Parts: sequence; structure tokens; C-alpha cells
Amino acid sequence: MLQIENLKVEIEGKEILKGISLNVKKGEIHAIMGPNGSGKSTLAAVLAGKEFGEITNGKITYMGKDLMDMEPEDRSKEGIFLGFQYPIEIPGVSMVNFMRTALNEHRKYRGEEAMSSSDFLKLMREKKELVKIESGLTSRSVNEGFSGGEKKRNEIFQMAMLEPRLAILDETDSGLDIDALRIVANGVNQLKTAENSTIVITHYQRLLDYIVPDFVHVLYDGKIVKSGDKSLALELEDKGYDWIKKDVESVSYE
Amino acid sequence: MSKREETIQHFSGLFKENSSRIEKGSSGLINSFRKEAMDQFRELGIPDRKNEAYKYINLDPWFNTKYKSYFVPEEADFMAASDFRCEVVELESYNKILLNGFSPKDNGTIEGLPEGIWVGSLAEASERFPDIVEKHYARYARNGKDGLIPLNTALASDGMFVHVKKGVSLSKPIQVINLVHSDTDMFVQHRNLIVVEDNAELPMIVCDHALSPQKFLTNAVTEIYVGENARLDMLRVQNEHNNAAKLTHTFIHQERNSNAVSNNITLHGGMVRNSTYHRLNGEGAECNAYGLYLADRWQHVDNFVSIDHAYPNCLSNQLFKGVLDDYATGAFNGRILVNEGAQKTLAYQKNNNILLTDDARMDTKPQLEIYADDVKCSHGATVGQLDEEAMFYLKSRGINKTEARLMLMFGFAHEVIANIKTEALRQRIDELVLQRLRGELSRCANCSLDCDK
Ligand SMILES: Nc1ncnc2c1ncn2[C@@H]1O[C@H](COP(=O)(O)OP(=O)(O)O)[C@@H](O)[C@H]1O
Repeated sequence: MLQIENLKVEIEGKEILKGISLNVKKGEIHAIMGPNGSGKSTLAAVLAGKEFGEITNGKITYMGKDLMDMEPEDRSKEGIFLGFQYPIEIPGVSMVNFMRTALNEHRKYRGEEAMSSSDFLKLMREKKELVKIESGLTSRSVNEGFSGGEKKRNEIFQMAMLEPRLAILDETDSGLDIDALRIVANGVNQLKTAENSTIVITHYQRLLDYIVPDFVHVLYDGKIVKSGDKSLALELEDKGYDWIKKDVESVSYE
Repeated sequence: MSKREETIQHFSGLFKENSSRIEKGSSGLINSFRKEAMDQFRELGIPDRKNEAYKYINLDPWFNTKYKSYFVPEEADFMAASDFRCEVVELESYNKILLNGFSPKDNGTIEGLPEGIWVGSLAEASERFPDIVEKHYARYARNGKDGLIPLNTALASDGMFVHVKKGVSLSKPIQVINLVHSDTDMFVQHRNLIVVEDNAELPMIVCDHALSPQKFLTNAVTEIYVGENARLDMLRVQNEHNNAAKLTHTFIHQERNSNAVSNNITLHGGMVRNSTYHRLNGEGAECNAYGLYLADRWQHVDNFVSIDHAYPNCLSNQLFKGVLDDYATGAFNGRILVNEGAQKTLAYQKNNNILLTDDARMDTKPQLEIYADDVKCSHGATVGQLDEEAMFYLKSRGINKTEARLMLMFGFAHEVIANIKTEALRQRIDELVLQRLRGELSRCANCSLDCDK
């Protein structure tokens, strides 16, 4: 589904991603872990099409298409979804209007008719149930005045509405208490099918107790320095990131 | 002779030539102010950029035109004009037309209007209710530096008069549909007087439209008295064309514990200047002055606000927002005056602007004059672009760039619209603003009058 080959990204003259390769197949869940500042969010944003920095090397192929010159809105309509680490507040734009516009853009892209108001509201109700967000939240402006937890749930709610093929969840667990974490993880799991894939970006192992990855990658200083199965996450939890850092540094001394 | 002198001479001449005609259509009371006002105008002239409050506007091109000045509409003209469908009209309201600054002389009748409210011609009212008019006329429209006000006092013949008796309130708003229509270029001056007595309540909408493509210049003065404990909710929607200039001066005089809202929504107009004055003339008075302006091409929208805190324990709040596209320009000048003794004043001001192009321009300036020490005052102004982070967020959900921009502009504008209390009206204005932002709102869309655009 997604192939990243030797991706290098520079921001303001500084190399942030230093040659990343990753292969995500249909139905897989990949976890990307790593200490703060290692480039996880940068990778997520680049995949979603955010224009910042410069891609100096590499190739990203998604569903057989070159992702590089695709606009963010087209990536979304092709099935890529980014769950933001810091969802943006948009005063004056209602959640309903936002989601209806987005959903209908997706439908138009697939050659389907716009959804009727009543069908749309029904769908919203259904999906809200999935992440247990209060019904009042969707009549408010996008993320405005939402608590940290509400914002994160709102991301998963949007994911549920748009049913992406590839979801990239950037630190969806940060700032959530254990109950909220369960609800969010549960939502993600219910949306999982054999046809779609997920990249879970997280700093802590905790989330991976609920969303069980097929692969775990450790990103450090702009590179994937270790890959393994879910036991790698537990090992990291045990030994901490210092273990990785030492490992990497000793390698580079050799 | 300088340009300035020429304009003064021109209006002086106009005044002399037409004074008998003007006076004939008016009452003795209103006429009694004319001569002195003309003298004052001769001293002040048309405001130019040297006048601090007119620093960012150039009135010259609008005053250097030969206009036809006195077109008194006949009954048939009012009939024809009443075919006009205002975009806001779907709303339940009591309607009244003002055509080229004149109101039909119909003894203030509107079908179904409750007892205790009179809405109609000022000229007629000054004959019928001389006491009320005398008590309020030319009492509040005071700005010793702005020649446009005495010019109006000297030359205006008619306008809208609204009177709400003590304790009377309205469930539906009064809507004044303010039309200009002419087959020659025209200068319109009218004068409105609105009296809301103690404990009364008046919701009101004024809609400005130009029905023919000629060049129009309007210079309108409105005086509003809001009695003790009374409420005024005044919404103005301006939708004229690029060949029309609108200068409005609205003086709202508020007594103790009164509450007044003014909201100017400018959708279209070649040059618009709204001066809004609130004088808080008794303890516990409160006012909200709102404005929203959307301008493109070479349009200019200028808002001047002056809040006069004359007594203690009053609250004022200003919120003005604008979106400027193409080569459009705008200005905001917000004055807060807190007089000595006006302790415990709360005064807030906010002006936010979005420029969509590098060529659009906005000048914004607060003007705080505070002579009391126990005062809470805040002001802030921003001029910026659409938020890139928000753009990316919307796009990342599949929303295309054009639609994302629209949503952000609309969301930005909505903060002003959200203050409209009546839900139906709020929704209607939301729709109009969205149409305007989409470039789909035209002055002709709902007009059934026969003009060649
Ligand atoms: N817009 C930006 N401008 C400059 N530097 C940035 C920008 N975004 C990220 N960086 C830098 O890139 C590095 C990686 O950041 P990030 O991708 O947020 O890491 P992580 O998500 O792993 O914490 C950091 O050193 C950060 O300071």
C-alpha cells in the first residue's frame, strides 16, 4: 500500500529525516516509536502532504501512485488520513458543516452523489457512538474549546466518518487518561479491517497494549534504527530510549 | 479657488437656490436649524485627510461630480420601489421603504404594527409630533470637526422617523429598506430620528440598496435616543454597487441602564464610510458596536467608532472584522473616550482583518482618551492572512483549497454575525455573507425593477 524509499527531508537547512524506508502492506498495523524530536511528526505530516521543508531525496508510493505531487486534499480522497497530534481549532466553522463538506468531497471524487442531510446526520450519530463523543460537540465549531481528550476523540470520529485506507495517527494517545485511551483505541480497532492499514505514532508503549501492531519501528535522529515485532515495544518500555541511543552511537563509532 | 473652496461654494449655492423648495417640504422646526448649519459647513467644508478621523479616505472623487440633488419621489415611484425584494426580506418584519431619502407620507402606518409605535416620514412627524421632534432633533448629532453633519442638517428634507412609546416593545423588527433609484447621478441626503422611550424596546434592520447603476452619493445622519432602561438593536446591511458611495453618521444617545447594539454589515459598495457614535449618558448603560466588512476590487470601507463614556459603571464593547480582496482598502478608527468621573468603566475594542492579496490594504487605529483612573480598557488589532495551519487541516480532510478558504473566511466573519440575536435573521445574514464570499451576491439578484443594470 505504502512504500517509502530513502526519504530525506530538510527544514530550514537542517536535515530532519535522514533516509527513511518503510513498507506498509494492506491490513498491517505499524507502530513508529522514538524519543521526542526524532522526526515522527515530520514524517506523518509529509505523508499527509503538508508543505514545509524540502524533500531532498527519496520516493513515496501509495497505491501504486507517486505521492509527491499530490495535493493534501487529493491524498485524503485517495484514502490517507492524518490524526493530528495537535488538532487545529477553527472558530466559526461548525463540525457538521466541516464533516459534511469533507464527506461530500470524498463522495464526489468517487463519483457518488452528495449525501442527503438526514442520511448524513444518521451517519454522524452512528460514528459518534464509536468514540463516545457527546452529541453537543458536533454542533460546536471545529475543536474550539474542546478539551485535549475531546480533540483526540474528535480526530478518531473524523477518521470513522471518512473511513480511510491508510490512517496515520500522530500521538493520538498523548494527553489521554486511561479511560479515554481505551475508548480511542477501541474506536481505532473497530475501524480496522483486512483492507486498511494503520501507522500508529507514539512515544509510549501504553497505547500498543490496546492497538496491537504487526511491526514496531524505532525512529531516532531522523532514521529508523530498529524494526521488529510488538516485543520490541516492550523491550523499549523496559530499557528506555537510552538503550537505543547508546546502541546507535556505539554503531556509529565502529 | 481651491478644490475645498469650490465644494463649499457649490453647496452654498445649492442651498441658496433651493432653500425655498427645501423648506417647503419640511417643518419650521427643522428649517430653523438650516442657516446656522450652513454657516458651520462653510467653515468646516468636506473632511479631508488632514482630519484625523478621515485620514484613510479620499472623498474628493465623490464630491467632484455634478449630481442631481432634489428628486422628490411621487406616489408611483414608491409603488414601483415596493416591488423590490430585499435579500433580508424573507424575515418576519414590519417593512417601510425610504426612497432617495424620502418616506411616503402615510401617517406612519404599517399593517399590524402594535399600538405605541409610529414609523414614517420625519417631515410628516415634525408636523404631527412637534414636541417629540423638538426634544430630540439635532441634539445628538454633534461632531464639531465633521462638516458632513452640518451639511446634512442644512440640506436634508426627509428621512425615517421612528417613535416607540414608554414601555412598548416589538416582537418583530422594523425593517427600513433604504433605496436609491434615479436615471441621473444623484446626491442623497436624508435625516433619520429614532426615539425609544424609557423601558421600551426596538429591534430594527436597515438595508441599503442602489437600484440603478448611476453614480450615487449618500450622506445620511441618524440620531437615536435610547431612554432609561430601554433597548435598541440596530442592524444595518449595506449592499450597494461599486458606483455608489455611502456616508453614514449614526449618533446613539443612551440614558441610564439602557442597552444598545449597533451592527454594520457591509457587503458591497464603492466607498462606504460608517461613523457610529454611542454616548453613554447615564450610569449602567451598555453598548455593543459591531461591524463586518467584505470588500474587493477597488472598494473602500471605512469605519469610525466613537464611544463616549460620560458616566460611571458603563460597559462598551467594539468588535469589527473585515476581509479585503483584490485592491480593496479599509480603515478602522475606534475611539474610546472615558470622561473624568466615569469610574468603573469597562471598555473593550477588537479589530481583526484578513487580507487576501498583497495589494489589499487595511489601516487600523485605536484612539484612547482616558481621564478617569478606575477603568478597565482593552484594545487589539490584527491584520493578517488566512491561517495556514487551519488551511492544511481542512485540506487534509479532502476539502479543496477554494472551499477551505471560503470556510475559513466564513468562520472568521461569523464571530460578528453570531451576535445577531434572532435566529432567522442570523441564518439569513450567514447565507448572504457566504454568497458574498463566493462572489454570488449581486445587487440585481432579487430586484424586479426594470433597469439596464
Ligand atoms: N516547522 C519546523 N521548523 C523547524 N524545525 C522543525 C519544524 N518542525 C519540526 N522541526 C524540527 O524537526 C525535528 C523533528 O521534530 P518532530 O517531527 O516534531 O519530532 P517528533 O514528532 O519525533 O517529536 C525537531 O528537531 C524539530 O525541532
